[in-house]
Amino acid sequence: MGAIARNAANNITTAGVFTSGAITNSSVTGITVLANASDGITLISSQTASNSASLSFTSGLDSTYKAYKFVFVNIAPRTDAVKFTFNLSTDAGSNYNVTKTSTFFAVEHTESGASSALGYDSGQDLAQSTAFQVLAYELGNGADESSSGSLQLFNPSSTTYVKHWISSISGLQYTNVSYNWFTAGYGNTTSAVNAISFQMTSGNFDGTIYLYGIK
Amino acid sequence: MGSITRSLANNITTSGVILPAGITNASVSAVTSFANASAGTLVLLSTQTASASATISFTTGLDSTYDEYIFKFINIHPATDAARWTFQGSTDGGSNYGITMTTTAFAAVHLEDDTVTSLAYNTAQDLAQSTSFKQLVREVGNANDESSSGTLQLFNPASTTYVKHFISRFSDCQENNAARDDFTAGYFNTTSAINAVQFKFDTGNIDDGIIKLYGVKKS
Repeated sequence: MGAIARNAANNITTAGVFTSGAITNSSVTGITVLANASDGITLISSQTASNSASLSFTSGLDSTYKAYKFVFVNIAPRTDAVKFTFNLSTDAGSNYNVTKTSTFFAVEHTESGASSALGYDSGQDLAQSTAFQVLAYELGNGADESSSGSLQLFNPSSTTYVKHWISSISGLQYTNVSYNWFTAGYGNTTSAVNAISFQMTSGNFDGTIYLYGIK
Repeated sequence: MGSITRSLANNITTSGVILPAGITNASVSAVTSFANASAGTLVLLSTQTASASATISFTTGLDSTYDEYIFKFINIHPATDAARWTFQGSTDGGSNYGITMTTTAFAAVHLEDDTVTSLAYNTAQDLAQSTSFKQLVREVGNANDESSSGTLQLFNPASTTYVKHFISRFSDCQENNAARDDFTAGYFNTTSAINAVQFKFDTGNIDDGIIKLYGVKKS
């Protein structure tokens, strides 16, 4: 005990402050939460599609965070020229059919440089529809073709407000065009949204989706 | 020993809990990781500050550790008026910056005098299978209070399967006293790993500005 006390004293300043010698990586292995040291973004879960028909997040969407962010990395369809879509659920994934109204616009530029465009796309938006919302379209299934981007979903557990989202995805379209798709809108429900599902309009897909909570 | 004990006692509650005064930043300077806790998902990998710099290059940190990297630009200020903020990638650690890119570009603009607003595609700012530097911001002003700030996301640069997607958005104080919101997206059209990125103005030095590189944790 005497030796411990002496060694401990060597790791304490005369002002009673612990020095760096007193606290090591091993000392803090019992700490599982740094409540006031976080950057405010928490990885909740991730899923990797491997020739999958859909990826669904049926846990993690609750009142813990006011905003959630899905990050899509190299979403690649097995079928050429399909659309990447999502829908919401208020019954933990039993049904994905929340009524939605949304906007959709896109910007494109061909690899040949022959054409470019920026415009609203009335073929991809929704007006009080329960259909899956398009996030990106005409995705290529070439070996090096995929899409990456993000979708933010705000306060899904609210029982007062509709559920807003914002998304931006960059992709390589199937005819070798650089695309950036933008969609925003809301799930027109005051029920809590507690699950979300992603799928192609046809066929399976590969890729990784991360779910983050934002304080 | 007696004085240390007394001081230490002042930093411990009657329940034996260490008070904030007992542990400072210096106390934990030897701690390099919390094995069972996350200090955050956004990991700051490096920061570079321009000071009359011709270029700023990130030649380390871009690898397979993360699937998403985020560059944050704070008050990028050109030495030359109406300069264009650009970037390119490298597959050889920064020896060469000239990867083929195809990109889109559009912007919203609003003059301070309220005479002009616009939202339009910008053919002068995009690339089609080009190895040129890609414009992220157009016509940044060099007056003392003018600069540009924004972000650039780069996805899975270490992939040897897919092309490398990026998405960028900047808020710019344009040289003609206008607010400009620049949107860029596209891809490095290579299946080689991108392991370095360089930023520069198309003319003149980077007079001032900070660029931070973050990795977004994937586990």
